[in-house]
Order: sequence, then structure tokens, then C-alpha cells
Amino acid sequence: MRKNGMLVIGGSAGSLDVLLKVLPEVKRDLDFAIIIVIHRKQGTDSLLTDLLAHRTKLNVKEADEKERILNGTVYIAPSDYHLLIEKDFSFSLDYSEKVNYSRPSIDVTFQSAADAYGDNLVCMLLSGSNSDGVNGLITVRKNGGITIAQNPASAQVSYMPEQAILKANVSSVLNIEDMAAYINSLAKH
Amino acid sequence: MSNSGNISDEQVEILINDVLEHHGYDFTGYSRASLKRRLSRLYSLDKHVSFAEFRYKTLNDNVYFKHFVEGVTVNVTEMFRDPTFYRLLRDKILPSLNTYPFIRIWLAGCSTGEEAYSVAILLQELNLLHKSLIYATDINPTVLEKAALGMFPLSQMKSYSENYIASGGKKDFSSYYTANYTLAKFDSELKSKMIFSTHNLVSDRSFNEFQLILCRNVLIYFDRPLQFRVFQLFDQSLDNLGYLALGTKETIDFSPISPTYKRVGTDKVWRKVSA
Repeated sequence: MRKNGMLVIGGSAGSLDVLLKVLPEVKRDLDFAIIIVIHRKQGTDSLLTDLLAHRTKLNVKEADEKERILNGTVYIAPSDYHLLIEKDFSFSLDYSEKVNYSRPSIDVTFQSAADAYGDNLVCMLLSGSNSDGVNGLITVRKNGGITIAQNPASAQVSYMPEQAILKANVSSVLNIEDMAAYINSLAKH
Repeated sequence: MSNSGNISDEQVEILINDVLEHHGYDFTGYSRASLKRRLSRLYSLDKHVSFAEFRYKTLNDNVYFKHFVEGVTVNVTEMFRDPTFYRLLRDKILPSLNTYPFIRIWLAGCSTGEEAYSVAILLQELNLLHKSLIYATDINPTVLEKAALGMFPLSQMKSYSENYIASGGKKDFSSYYTANYTLAKFDSELKSKMIFSTHNLVSDRSFNEFQLILCRNVLIYFDRPLQFRVFQLFDQSLDNLGYLALGTKETIDFSPISPTYKRVGTDKVWRKVSA
């Protein structure tokens, strides 16, 4: 990934544990932004942001609409809105119909990130029990981005990464313990 | 050419331009990522054979154009969405309007009306409905027709009832509607104090003065310059000491009107403090 790129991580059931293991090992001065889209119940936003903020040296915040995306920051998709990426590298929120029974939908964020960042994008799909994110990965790959699935054998719920491997022809499959080193290697300095 | 369901950036701009020139609807200030997604969705849902056909119908077929506006704008809404916000309305904001002989409320972007009926229920429980008027407006005439019917899917009532209780509602929620096959028809008393009308926030002016304006989850689709213009429209339409209520993720902070507004509580409600 070149400078000012983006890493988007999507997940559902069983993905929070992965993030809590991986984020503490990610270095502080990343030259790209990290976006996290995970399915969860409505109204638990600040809890999730606080939980993740305590485990990492990176700045963690919930994404605000029209906010400019900064390198080295972890943005959490707010609950009950779709999170979209604009071509001027800012966020938009959208309260339209659920996609794959989900809002935020991982597909929606992956697809709009693919549109805005093209090949300067890495999208990663973690543990989960539905296939939200799989179509997004296909678009990301088509636009030249890198796609990664968690190794289903290491996932609490293997369906989501299995579907990614089966249908989206992912660039690579990672174990939890290799994710932080991979993310750190995406930084160019 | 097959329909891959995707509209390009150039095609988005072509449609925006067509719709402005031909129909007078101005989408130029809409956030592009969301608009592009809505257009692509409509293009593939309607199974157009080519972009040229989609464009032609949008330009020339007025019935289709109504459907186009409905499809492009987001019309997802619920009753008593964000119960803490409705609790604030119930406990603080609406009671403080009791001093006015007549209460005027503007619900901008009311969509199919779920919020209008929610507000009317609160007004009735606070014994304010008889001296209130709710102006419910939307860009889209089709959704206003639905709103005026006051019928919502019966399947939603369980979740609306939970929202109502979480917002401080004490009554049996089912006392507000009668079940009619798959629909819940709301008490026409509630509707008697609503006026439905088309209004385009982008191009139409202020049409009255209000003590409360609700515009929730509409501005997220607009870019910053358009948001600021709409805030000015609201400012012109709001009485001194009136309230402005926005969606959970929307704010007037950093906008030109923010110096004369004071935040009320932790939800997204501001009060106009000086004119």
C-alpha cells in the first residue's frame, strides 16, 4: 500500500476478540487510516470505542459524517448507520435500508472504499456468522485492492471468512497472531 | 450492453444535471458516495437495459420520475427512534412550549410520517395536541400520501412499542391503533393536527415561524455548504427560544448559526438563544 491508503476491517460475531488481540500490537505512526465496521446491537457505540481505545496507542474514534480521514487514526463505524467513503477522503453516513440484515453493512463500506481508494486499499474480513462483506471484497479485488480473510480455523464463527475464501478469491488468509505484523508491514516508513 | 448495476461518476453528474434542468430538483449538494449508491441501486432494481434508457425515462417519463425521487432519497424511518431523544421531548422540550397559546412544529423530511405520529402521541399525552399544529414536509409527494394515511406495518408494532416504553411512554401502545390485516391504522385524532406538504429544503424558502423544528437524518445526505444553507433556513424559520432537533450523528457545531444556539441535554437538540 502506498502512503495515505486505507485498511478496512469488517467482522461480526467473534470479531471483537480478534481486534482486542491485534490492535495492541499495531504501531502508532501508521501512514494510513484504519476503519472498523463490526455488527453489533444499537446504542453501544461509546462502549466499543472506549474498549478499543484502551487497548491501543492509536487514536480511536467513532467516524463522524463529513469528517476528513487522517492517517494513524482508527475510525469505528457508528451503530445503525452505513459508513461510506467519499472521493475527497471524508466520511458520509447513510441511514438507508439494511444490507444483508445489517446496518452498518460491511459490503457498503468495502464497496465505497474500493471506489475511493482503488488499489491503495486493504480490506480484511474476520469471524462472523453471515456473508456481509463478501461482495465488497469482490469489488475491492476488481478495483486492484488487497483482500484478506481471517483463517476460518482460528475464527470463533468460521462462516464469514469461509464465504470470503470460497467466493471472493482473497489475496491471503491470515492467522490472528500474524495480523498485527502484517498491518505494521503496510506502513512504508 | 448488460446492466452491471453500476453507475459511473460521470453518469451520476449527467443525471444530476438532467434532473435539475428538466425537473427543477437540485441534487448538486448531495454527498456523492451515498447518491451514487442510491442511483446504482435504482438502476439495477428497475432492471434498465442500459444507462441511456435509465436516463431517457428519468428525463421524459413523469410517472417514472416520481419513482426516481422516491428511490434516490432515503425513506427509512421508525416511530420513537432513539428513545432518549423522545424522552427529552416528553420531559423537557414539549412541556416548555406550554406557555405558547399556539404551538407550531415543523418536521422537515418527514418521509412516511412515523415521526409525525410519534410527536403527536407525545403532544396528546401532555395534553398539548389541541393547540398544536405539526407541519410535516418532504421533497417527495409519494411518501406524503403514505404519511397522510397513518397506516404502518403491523409487524413493526412490537419494536415501536418497545421504543415508546423506553422513551417514557406509560400507556398501552396498542391503544393508539387498530389492526387491519397487516397494517396498524393510527387514531385519526392524531392526524387531525398534521398538515402534509411538499417542501424542498434545497430550493424552497421559509414558510412560517416555529417553536420546534425536527430534521433528523436528512442532513447527513448533504454536503457542508448545503447543510449550512439549510441551517440558515431553519434559523429564519425558528422563533427566538425555539428548538432545533437533529439526528444522532448530525450537528450545528462549526456552522454559521452555532453562535446563537445552545445545546440542550446530551441529545442533538439546540435552543435559539438570541436573534
